[in-house]
Amino acid sequence: MRTRNIAFSLLALVVLGGGAFAAYAWHPAIDPIDPPRRESFDPALVRRGAQLAALGNCNVCHTVPGGQVFAGGLALPTPFGTIYSTNITPDPETGIGRWSEAAFARSMRAGLDRDGSHLYPAFPYNHFTLVSDEDNRALYAYLMTRDPVRAPARENDLPFPLNQRFVLAGWKLLFFREGPYRPAQDQGEEWNRGAYLAEGLGHCGACHTPRNALGAEKRGEHYAGGEAEGWHAYAINAASAAAVPWTTDSMFDYLRRGWHEHHGIARGPMAPVTANMAYVPEEDARAVAAYTVASMGQPSAERQRRAEALLAARGPVGGGARPAASDSQTVPASGGEPGAAIYAGACATCHEAGRPLPFGGINLAFSSGVRGESPENLINVVLNGLPAAEGERAPIMPGFRGVLDDAQLVALLSHLRARFGEAPAWEGLDKAVREARSGDRLASSRPTDSVQAAPADPTQRGTTW
Amino acid sequence: MVKLTVNDRQHEVDAPGDTPLLYVLRDYLELHAAKYGCGLGQCGSCTVMVDGVAVFSCVTPVMLLEGKKVTTVEGLGTAENPGPMQRAFIEEQAAQCGYCIPGMMMRAQALLQRNPRASDEEIRTHMQPNLCRCGTHARILRAVRRAAGLIQTAEAAPAVRSAAR
Repeated sequence: MRTRNIAFSLLALVVLGGGAFAAYAWHPAIDPIDPPRRESFDPALVRRGAQLAALGNCNVCHTVPGGQVFAGGLALPTPFGTIYSTNITPDPETGIGRWSEAAFARSMRAGLDRDGSHLYPAFPYNHFTLVSDEDNRALYAYLMTRDPVRAPARENDLPFPLNQRFVLAGWKLLFFREGPYRPAQDQGEEWNRGAYLAEGLGHCGACHTPRNALGAEKRGEHYAGGEAEGWHAYAINAASAAAVPWTTDSMFDYLRRGWHEHHGIARGPMAPVTANMAYVPEEDARAVAAYTVASMGQPSAERQRRAEALLAARGPVGGGARPAASDSQTVPASGGEPGAAIYAGACATCHEAGRPLPFGGINLAFSSGVRGESPENLINVVLNGLPAAEGERAPIMPGFRGVLDDAQLVALLSHLRARFGEAPAWEGLDKAVREARSGDRLASSRPTDSVQAAPADPTQRGTTW
Repeated sequence: MVKLTVNDRQHEVDAPGDTPLLYVLRDYLELHAAKYGCGLGQCGSCTVMVDGVAVFSCVTPVMLLEGKKVTTVEGLGTAENPGPMQRAFIEEQAAQCGYCIPGMMMRAQALLQRNPRASDEEIRTHMQPNLCRCGTHARILRAVRRAAGLIQTAEAAPAVRSAAR
């Protein structure tokens, strides 16, 4: 009798639990609509939506480089398989043309498709859930007034059971907390504005916060540094490795221009982010800068002192600081260990020339790449260089894949780390170099075309000549 | 003293290890095809091949090249007997001032050796690092396409093999 009671209770629990989960997991479809006419949207709202879309970097994932903006199809490699971004142009058949504003707002707030099925968190709704109704309305107005592009979504390449979308309800139960953003009462207006943008639309944590085995951002390690498409996203909390502590001003400049002389150059997936940030309203960019710098906390007096010493030792930088004569290409060989000789022969001619960024090489004592927790970024840049951006002022560096073999690259990077990094040698450097060269670890290098093709406000980012 | 192999010939050059390959080619070996343009690896006029890959010789210290094979335009053929890449550039009259052309030929050679059937799109992407200030890009692209055709024909095969070796 007793056993039967227990069995019965267990069964009831399973049925109830399953039922509750099903009720939690199931969501209704929202009826399709006839695509709204462009004229039905207020131009001011569309314009605001364009700026918000730039803040959210929608174009970066929802565009194949060189392809139609927002038409989707970009492969997003994840540890679980490949997910393809979807078409968010207002095409009625293959895009979101038949989505009502309610369906769009629900996808942002709750990570649901119009038909009620769960979306993969590669679409960072754990951040977008914080976006206000008002901002979602503007984003909707902007997207629905783009040119419709017929481009069917590609099938995701995921193994069973991850290809079953109801599984995502379990993921959400564990890791997803629905918004919207609630201002912190003990912080000021700019901080709250920055937090709303950086934690919400900006989804900085999607790259800069490490992820757990199930692909969710680790709660206790906010901004502690993460991975993105073969690149290391630097820690932007108290563990920031910057040689000169970030300030709101330097962060603002970096976010808007894509480089800063005390830190280096945005590359990999950060390059299009900074290209987008150039288009957003100045006060929004400044709020994001203020908030992220606040997340790093007050640098210690010791760190501040070291930074000041470094800046003082650097000497003059700027146009004509050290004129580049025709014979300035060779730097005296320092001899000794091979890494030092390679640095002197191949790197120092630019990196010690004193020409200002973005065209001159950064003094590597300031480079985040040399100081960061992982060698990935430095390997990527030395191997592949920084390709020139089309039609705008941008940094450039030749790649050395063709001339440096693995041993030479390891020798060079070990030397740079020891000489400029102020940090212990990287573990597994040999392996990282081998993987990067063999293509086992692919590093993305996104052109900023898609950003230029969808500017929020082209007047803010013009060429200066 | 640096040992290096250029166009299948072994050389010992009495140059410091940090000397750019470009200077060794021009000043020590008197191979004047590769040109000094910007000296910063940004214009491509100094492009040569190292083990079949296009590199900027102006930012490549020779100490890195021990045991590797360098190929310059002189290795693609001679004035009397031009190789397919050179023939194609002559036949398309792709040069205006000509300063960028050796670099263009070497970058194109690196692509076509790997993939003689490269598409126009691949050719354009691959050639992007090399600049031409005269603006003969349309002719340069035609020349590369013509070279691809020549390389695929039996007639041109021996010269290609020697360049690829």
